[in-house]
Amino acid sequence: MYVAVKGGEAAIRNAHKLLADRRRGDRSVPTLRLDQIVEQLALGADRVMSEGSLYDRELAALAIVQARGDMIEAIFLVRAYRTTLPRFGYTRAIDTGTMLVERRVSATYKDLPGGQLLGPTFDYTHRLLDPELAAGGEVAEPEQRAGEAEAMPRVSAILAREGLIESDGDMPEDHVPGDITREPLAFPMARDIRLQALSRGDEGFLLALGYSTQRGYARNHPFVGEVRIGEVELALDVPELPFAVPLGSIRVTECQMVNQFKGSAKAPPQFTRGYGLVFGQSERKAMAMALCDRALRASELGEDVVAAAQDEEFVISHSDNVQATGFVEHLKLPHYVDFQAELDLVRRMRAEHDARENAGKAEEKREAAE
Amino acid sequence: MTAQPTDIATYNFAYLDEQTKRMIRRAILKGIAIPGYQVPFASREMPMPYGWGTGGVQVTASIIGPDDVLKVIDQGADDTTNAVSIRAFFKKVANVAVTTETAKATIIQTRHRIPEHPLSAGQVLVYQVPIPEPLRFLEPRETETRKMHALEEYGLIHVKLYEDIAKHGRIATTYAYPVKVEGRYVMDPSPTPKFDNPKMHRSPALQLFGAGREKRIYALPPFTDVVSLDFEDHPFEVQTFDQPCALCAAENVYLDEVILDDHGGHMFVCSDTDHCEKRREQGHRGHLAPEIPLALEKTEPAQ
Amino acid sequence: MDIVTQAIEGGFADPVFDAQTVFRAVMDAMARPGKLQPLPVFTRPPTPLSATAGAIALALCDNDTPLWLDPALQASATVKSWLGFHTGAPLANTPADAHFALIATPAEMMALDGFSQGTQDYPDRSTTLILEVSDLVSGAPLLLEGPGIEKTATIAPAQMPRHFVEQWKQNNQRFPRGVDIILATSEAIACLPRTTRIKTMEA
Ligand SMILES: [Zn+2]
Repeated sequence: MYVAVKGGEAAIRNAHKLLADRRRGDRSVPTLRLDQIVEQLALGADRVMSEGSLYDRELAALAIVQARGDMIEAIFLVRAYRTTLPRFGYTRAIDTGTMLVERRVSATYKDLPGGQLLGPTFDYTHRLLDPELAAGGEVAEPEQRAGEAEAMPRVSAILAREGLIESDGDMPEDHVPGDITREPLAFPMARDIRLQALSRGDEGFLLALGYSTQRGYARNHPFVGEVRIGEVELALDVPELPFAVPLGSIRVTECQMVNQFKGSAKAPPQFTRGYGLVFGQSERKAMAMALCDRALRASELGEDVVAAAQDEEFVISHSDNVQATGFVEHLKLPHYVDFQAELDLVRRMRAEHDARENAGKAEEKREAAE
Repeated sequence: MTAQPTDIATYNFAYLDEQTKRMIRRAILKGIAIPGYQVPFASREMPMPYGWGTGGVQVTASIIGPDDVLKVIDQGADDTTNAVSIRAFFKKVANVAVTTETAKATIIQTRHRIPEHPLSAGQVLVYQVPIPEPLRFLEPRETETRKMHALEEYGLIHVKLYEDIAKHGRIATTYAYPVKVEGRYVMDPSPTPKFDNPKMHRSPALQLFGAGREKRIYALPPFTDVVSLDFEDHPFEVQTFDQPCALCAAENVYLDEVILDDHGGHMFVCSDTDHCEKRREQGHRGHLAPEIPLALEKTEPAQ
Repeated sequence: MDIVTQAIEGGFADPVFDAQTVFRAVMDAMARPGKLQPLPVFTRPPTPLSATAGAIALALCDNDTPLWLDPALQASATVKSWLGFHTGAPLANTPADAHFALIATPAEMMALDGFSQGTQDYPDRSTTLILEVSDLVSGAPLLLEGPGIEKTATIAPAQMPRHFVEQWKQNNQRFPRGVDIILATSEAIACLPRTTRIKTMEA
């Protein structure tokens, strides 16, 4: 006699109850508030906003708590929410040249208009664990800039004046920017579409690919022309109004990579560009994105496509961690119907194989006996 | 103390916003008009992971209405956890009636099986599809496979099947067995066992396929020719089982092997749980059927 | 009633469920070519746009779908602002740019091949034509076969485009490219997807 296992619904309910318990942990420890995450785990929230493609710190913080700190799970939560939001319009393109800059460094010039501005960086911190942080010690007020900030032209504009860098990827006059959240991807893709995909791509994946280009898998001789982090204004055109409506500002990280290029059949010797732009503060991601962007421009610049980082279908099809995690993890769903089909096939093929072997052995024996 | 949930995040009826539904609905209409052709659509993130039925869920969410009765199966069973989860999702976001009975459902969302009970006109079968491209494992590039479909250039897949025959003496594809639709498009039937392929041919039901991660929707209108690829000297065959279902004695159905102990004891039972229960209700009994009669809640009305 | 009021009134009373009902009727009609799907009145658009055609437009069109209007509809500023207000769909510059085309007087319409046919790679990028017809029984009978039809089906739409049978044969020959047609009367719809073949009726 056999009674099949039932009660999937109760099992799921109980599993989620246990999850909620584990998420809360020891009840004597105070519950995390969202503002604590927004303020004190800000770069985590930035990553969730960036790869979740939704600029909302509070929701990012909620997602991080709900995901127990699992960043890809948090990104997934935010994406699954943003996708249900109606689209009211498209803002004007942001102008990072007018950014209220908090950090700006260039590796290509010792000094430049606007100066090098280190800002809130981990760079040059000694990575020594700090017991004072654990003790919750007081933190001193930071230094303030005296007076108005100097204008900060982008390094690419400085190079462009000399005509040594390619122009900034001109699109045809009537080009309407694509929207990967609204239109299905098609290959090959225009650079605007590709950059959108990279901007929400998995930080780890892009980091590894960018790294691979440095190690010779499609080396592209990069220099950090500039990395800048700060606030930029958003403005929306409304058909009924003669001016753009200001919507406030967002914090972004931009990386302009400048790549030496010896020239090809398609383009003269010059510096070329790789571009990275992400929500919030994430230099690693913006730089990795810029390396990948430059690598993915191989065909456009007449370079041979020899490495993974240059392969648009490969990179863009696998850069989205929400897709990747779903499909990898779906392997734990039941597959027993298909497995049964394979089991049956392997059993039959095995039986035929054994029969052939046995027949062969019998033949050998008969021959030996003769 | 119970914390009050805030209105920090709210969701639309049937989860998807209306604009998304329209976009998916348009893709479904094109899919029906071009049977077997994979229509690209701007698939959305869903509240379940990609690979867990997001394509099927988006299709179902876009077609479902208050009068529908929904059945969800995974591996043929209504009680597998992912089927339970998807059914609960639609109960929650669309408040529709749900059932386990194939004949009573207006929409059946499935992963990996087609129900044994013949489908009827007016029913819609929604497949969850992981990899919609039947040529994908022969040619990983979308740019290439799209060309092959455009030019109706399907030599590669015949070569692959024929290599099987040369190597193994048979076609070694047991599930996701490719079909040709109306003599034009080669289509992936989703990872159903090839046992189910003949059920797709000229089915009176509308069959819709949703691949969320791969962003494709395709369709088979009712009464559409669906032919499994084969060769004259190696005609297409479905799996056969040596014994009937151990619970309901059904023959000519797809069976799951259930391991009973660790000494090699096993039995074969219907993978379609509704079919098996129905037969036992009608008094059919296999050699391992329990004595206790079944009394299961099968349909839950909308609240 | 002034033009602004006319443009704003007469949309779906319940946008979510009305759109779902209309879509399901269109889906069933597309899946079963030639079969009449009854449809109650959901919209009150300005003439000459019919209630059924208006409902289909509201269910399927939005700012992502350029819409082409035939001259009769094009001539009405009220129709244009009604569609603009309720769908947000931009008007297509040419029929070949249109995702959907609304045709109030099919008998006078331009040739089917003037609309977008899609490409061999992307045959889905074609125009769906919504034709307003007075009924589906009083015109020349069309004997239909193809996917979605068990054996044959017959409809007899009135006021169809000129040389329709010949034009439709050419549409079939372009497969997988080609246009799909939704026929809308005041109380029902029927569809002719590009796979449907019209058998010549022997006298
Ligand atoms: Zn059984």
